[in-house]
Order: sequence, then structure tokens, then C-alpha cells
Amino acid sequence: MNFHAIKAIYKFELHRTWRTIMQSIASPVISTSLYFVVFGSAIGSRMVEIDGVSYAAFIIPGLVMLALLTESISNASFGIYFPKYNGTIYEILSAPISMREIVLGYVGAATTKSVIVGSIILLTANLFVDYHVAHPFWMVTFLILTAATFSLFGFIIGIWADGFEKLQVVPMLIVTPLTFLGGSFYSISMLPPLWQSITLANPVVYLISAFRWSFYGVADVNVGLSVAMILVFLGLCLTGIYWIFRTGYRLKT
Amino acid sequence: MSAIINVQNLSKTYDSGFQALRDVSLEIQRGEIFALLGPNGAGKTTMISIICGIVNPSSGVITADGHDIIRDFRAARSKIGLVPQELCTDGFESVISTVNFSRGLFGRAPNKAYIEQILRQLSLWDKRDSRIMELSGGMKRRVMIAKALSHEPEILFLDEPTAGVDVELRRDMWEMVRGLRERGVTIILTTHYIEEAEEMADRIGVISRGELILVEEKSALMDKLGQKQLRLQLQKPLLALPAELKDYPLSLTDDGLELIYHFDTQGDQTGIADLFRRLDEHGIDYKDLRSKQRSLEEIFVSLVTERASADTEAAR
Repeated sequence: MNFHAIKAIYKFELHRTWRTIMQSIASPVISTSLYFVVFGSAIGSRMVEIDGVSYAAFIIPGLVMLALLTESISNASFGIYFPKYNGTIYEILSAPISMREIVLGYVGAATTKSVIVGSIILLTANLFVDYHVAHPFWMVTFLILTAATFSLFGFIIGIWADGFEKLQVVPMLIVTPLTFLGGSFYSISMLPPLWQSITLANPVVYLISAFRWSFYGVADVNVGLSVAMILVFLGLCLTGIYWIFRTGYRLKT
Repeated sequence: MSAIINVQNLSKTYDSGFQALRDVSLEIQRGEIFALLGPNGAGKTTMISIICGIVNPSSGVITADGHDIIRDFRAARSKIGLVPQELCTDGFESVISTVNFSRGLFGRAPNKAYIEQILRQLSLWDKRDSRIMELSGGMKRRVMIAKALSHEPEILFLDEPTAGVDVELRRDMWEMVRGLRERGVTIILTTHYIEEAEEMADRIGVISRGELILVEEKSALMDKLGQKQLRLQLQKPLLALPAELKDYPLSLTDDGLELIYHFDTQGDQTGIADLFRRLDEHGIDYKDLRSKQRSLEEIFVSLVTERASADTEAAR
């Protein structure tokens, strides 16, 4: 195992985060805080409780998940896309480093950044809303597992993308709508029966449901099923990355 | 000397159908400077990219210091440093951090003293904290070399190392390359500046249309193919060559003031003494003379042109 290489990539990526701290950390934290102010404090005070939880507290897991998914994809996709764009990918490809080590470096750094952003958002939420965490161990586990899974997904997008527009397409046109429709702001039990069934096809529902369960002990779907869905998605992403490195798709001619 | 790089029957066909390399076999000797020459699109960069792991070969076997570049890629790649043709750098990074990054990537523990030594050798130490985007093209080229040397490679590929750099920097780089060779580093360079190959290389390889058409010691190549010219500056201009001298490989310049005699240094007789006698018999006086060997550039151009003509002929 080339630990020096993993460390070099990891440090390089984190250094990029500190260099662009306004964009990497301040921006998602500020925009999510605005959700707390608008939906939590302003509108939330006029909403009824959902599953025994105040509306302002109810939306916290969903908003953290929204930021986590967006940041994980964005960090990992940009991390691997940028060397392709500026040509420095030659160095990664010519180094004595395996597929596993490249993924550990890039995805490890993207996961770290996302978990930092998620944690700051949770701390910031405490300024606006009272909430508690019923299962801290599972909350941290879901946070890390989701960040890692979607960082892997972002890594695939970064390799697939051949322009900046494509980098934005999946997060903007697929992930964000799925997160908004995945129960970030409501319980899916509030939907008509037909829409409840359709919503279950949205993978983000399982993420938000499991994460919310770790806070308040209530979930839209069975927690075991949610964990299984996250692991299935993780497996799909790992398979995709294995295929990319085996074939050299968009990396090697 | 033993071979440090061994390329056997290497072929590469891109997805577009373009065949960049055709059954190339080549051995690079340990500690030598090998210049790979060829026109644009000949396959030089493809060959280097395959050896370094950037491009997949279609067929063939390559070893670097005895390690197969695919099955034993870690050992093979850790021996190799690459300075690519394009200036590919992360402009936002500082010089020292990008060089440290390269060292780590190649699996080497940090070594401040060694990195300082490289940066000083390349006149980059004073710029170590500058962002790469703030540097001139020549300085960026030095950064690329520093990155390639950061993990103390035994084999260094320089793909057009002096493209776009000024004469002074080019001379500095030549010095640096010679210094590396003295330390035992094997250097493979591609260049468009034939003068560069002539100045530095121990051996020359010429590649054209994906085929290696010649590999030769530079001195042997120059002797074998390097015809010489003898130029005689005449006292009085000639209107035409005397008929009695038509059998000699002689030509007259347009102004009639210079006679040019072509001869082969490999031949048993150069014919120069005989030519002087004949000129004397015909009362042709000269006031100065100088001889000139055909340059590597002229040899290269004639080789590639002959090859292209042969290919065209074969295609008919």
C-alpha cells in the first residue's frame, strides 16, 4: 500500500478546501442556515408538530442530508475532474499507485470535507432550533456512510464529466430535486397513498428517514431497509469505480 | 551497459483506428542519453506515455529495470520520472508544495534537504513559495522537471523539454541533463531541436509513422550517414563547371564563386587530392577552403523523407 501517495492526495485536496474556504465551507453553511431561519424560525413557528417533533427540529436531518449529498458529490467530482481539466492527471496515472489508493485519497478527502460541513451545519442549527440526538452513534455512522457513498458517486461523475456543465448536471438536476422530494421538509406519511408508493422509488428517502431516526427515533421507512439501501448504493458506486479503473474509461486511451 | 528499458513488439491502435505504433522494439541502455527523433505524430509521445502508464498498449511487453510495467507497475513506475510536453501544473499551488506532492505520490517519505537541493539546482529555491501561475513559461518548465526528479528516479523521460524556452534556459537544461547522467540517471528525450540531440545524445532513435526506422550511436550515425562537403572559394568566378570535371560530385554556386565537393568519410578514398590536381591542371585557383559535415538535422530529414517516399511508393 502506497500510504505516502494516499496522504499526498488527501492533504492536497484538503489544502484546496482551506484555500477556497468561502466556497467550500462558508457557502453551504450560510445557505443551510438561511433554511433554518426561514423554514424553522419564521414559518416553522406556525406549523404543527410532525411525529411529535417541532417542525423546525424536524427539518434539521433533511437539511443536513441535503448539504451532505450536494457537498460530497461536488467535492469528489471536482477533485478528480480538475486534474483531468488542467492535465495534471498524467502524474496520478504515471505514479506507482493503485486504483484503491487513488480512491482512498480523493474520496477520503471529499468525505472528510462533507462531514466537516455537516457537523458545522448541525452546530449552527443549535443556534436557531432546540433538537436532540437519540442515537448519536448511528447519527455519526449515517453521516460518514452517506458522505462516503456520495463522494464515491461524485468521483464517478468527475471521471464521466468532460466539461464543467456536466459536473453540475447531476447534482443540480437530479440530486437536489430528489432530496427536496425525499422528505427533507415533510414526512412521506403526509402524502396521498399513491405518492407515498412513488416516493419509495427515491433513494434519498431512505437516507433522510434513517438519519432522522437517529435524531428522534421516528422514521418513514424501516431503518434496516434504509441501511440496506445505502449499502446497495455504496456497492453500486464501488462496482462503477472498479469498472472505470479496469477499463481506463475517460482516464486512459 | 545493460538495458534499463526493454520494449518488445509494442503496438498501439487508438479507438479511432489510428495506428500510432507498429511493432516497435527498443532497448535503452542504463546511464545513456537516448534521443528519440521524429516528425509530429510519429508516435514519440505515445511510446513514452505507454512506458509511463498513461496510455494502454494494444500489444507488446515493456520492462523498466526488469519490472513489467503492467504486472509489476509499482516497482516499474517508481523508477521513472516524466516531464511531459505540455505545461501541466496546478497554478494555484506553490512551487514547493507541488514538488512535495509529487514526491509523496511516488511513495517517497518527505525529504526537505533533497527537495531544497533540486529547487536550488533548478534556480527555483527563491520562488519556492510563489504560486505556479505567477511564474514565467521557462520557470514552469523547471517546476515540471523538479516534480519529475522529486522521487529520485533512475529513468527520466523528457518529452520536448526545451520547447518554448529561451536559449539561456536551454543551455542550463542541457547542463542539468548532463549532470543527471553523471549521477547515473538514464535519460530519454524527444525533441524537435535536432541540435539538442546532436549536442547531448549518446544514441539516436528515429521514429516515423509509428515505426522505429533507425537506432544508432550518434557518432556512428554521423560517420555513416554524415556526408562531408568541401567548399572552395575561387579566385575568379566560373561561368560553368569544366566538362572534364563533370564526373566529380561537384556543384557550382549560382554566383560562380564557390565550388562544392561532396565526399564520403567512410570511403577508401575521399578523392580530394585527385580533385586538387585536376583543378590545378585546369588553372582554377582558390583562395580559401573549408569542410563541413552533414548535420544530424540533414540526416534526419533525409531519413524521414526517404521513408515517406518508400511508403508512398509501396502504397501505389
